[in-house]
Amino acid sequence: MIRSLHIAAKDLRTELRTKQVLNSMLVFSLVVMMIFSLSLSDMLSTSSNIDRLAPGLLWIAFIFAGTLGITRTFASETENACLDGLRLCPVDSAAIYTGKVISSICLMLIVEFLTIPVFMVLFNYNIPNIPSLVIVILLGTGGFAAVGTLLSALTVNTRTREILLPVLLLPLLVPVLIPAVLATGKILAGTGITGMITELRLIAVYDIVFFTLARLLFDHTLEG
Amino acid sequence: MGSIISTRGLTKRFTGHVALHDIDLNIEQGEFVIILGPNGAGKTTLLKILETLVRPSCGSVKIGGLELSRSAVEIRKMIGVISHESYLYNDLTVGENLYFYGKMYGLSQGELTVRIQFLLEQLHLEHRCMDRVSTLSRGMKQRLSIARSLIHGPDIILMDEPYTGLDLRSACDLEKILLENSKKATVLMVTHDIDRAFAMCDRVILLSDGKIAVDTRKNEIASVEELRNIYTTIFDGGT
Repeated sequence: MIRSLHIAAKDLRTELRTKQVLNSMLVFSLVVMMIFSLSLSDMLSTSSNIDRLAPGLLWIAFIFAGTLGITRTFASETENACLDGLRLCPVDSAAIYTGKVISSICLMLIVEFLTIPVFMVLFNYNIPNIPSLVIVILLGTGGFAAVGTLLSALTVNTRTREILLPVLLLPLLVPVLIPAVLATGKILAGTGITGMITELRLIAVYDIVFFTLARLLFDHTLEG
Repeated sequence: MGSIISTRGLTKRFTGHVALHDIDLNIEQGEFVIILGPNGAGKTTLLKILETLVRPSCGSVKIGGLELSRSAVEIRKMIGVISHESYLYNDLTVGENLYFYGKMYGLSQGELTVRIQFLLEQLHLEHRCMDRVSTLSRGMKQRLSIARSLIHGPDIILMDEPYTGLDLRSACDLEKILLENSKKATVLMVTHDIDRAFAMCDRVILLSDGKIAVDTRKNEIASVEELRNIYTTIFDGGT
């Protein structure tokens, strides 16, 4: 686990220094918010309309910004064959995978927690239960990063990785996206955490299953 | 002295061709072995298998008494790899790269500080410790790559074309470090630079079409010219 944290820290230090991925994720996410706030301004005059639109809108921004970021998860490792350098270290491939998942989650959370205040300002909207929303976002982002990191490693050496990764990733995310969007909707409608236990369970099971599977498969992904 | 590296019936097949065919090899502790051969002879594949990066199709490999198929992680603690690829992160500084790899090898903070300082001094890079790798010249990157591979004090050093892109000073530094380390470590070097390699080695292996064509001790070859003649006879049919 210590080595996974070192890998994540290395990735985050590099990213915070260059801001190559973070900037594009942030800009994408903010532009989505702005376009929706302008184009739907008529519909968004009442809070109940926002309750219905916002869950989908937020998750569209999170997932597509996340896809931009996850595509680059292993791109930095291809430069100077760093991935081979990492594989030469006495580290389980599962530890490399875990480190990459942690750094992807951190980057996504930065973008998500900057997007939410912008959303609240642009839509003139107050989120009633922020702690519950944080739990849903954490779980949903975990599932996204678990699958995305594996697929990012799988497609890193393909010429069309920017196209191939979303094509493979988005269908696999459906089981986590549906409960995440439903749970977000319930939060915005004022339901407490007890009202969305089913959705939270579904997301948590997805996270555990895919994280465990991906850790087991990651070694084969790297050698392939 | 016992074999630190041994292979039995080592074979590697890729789709459409056999890169290594039934290789039996014993390398003694402390030996400096050079592996020569034309492109496509299987030199790099052999090295990649010993580096644990590629799985053999069949046969067994033992390094330091450990079976490669079962103890790859333990074996990696024993080996240091110098390649024409630097394995360095361009956006991290010289010091950060060494620190990161040192941590990956499980070195403590105290050990790392001493080791990084020692290696940077030995490779004349101490004044660039805080600079990003992307600002270094090719030769400096290669010297840093050598430091990276030696950060954990490996028992076995595997090298694939380590002289590629090196200027004279860097090549001399590498030679000096190799000679110092070869007293305590086993060195296996794949190279096309016959003159330089022959001067340092104890043993010469020539690979041809995935098989060992020649495996001889240096003292059985009179001079580098004779080695060059053997090489030419085998690979160019004496022309």
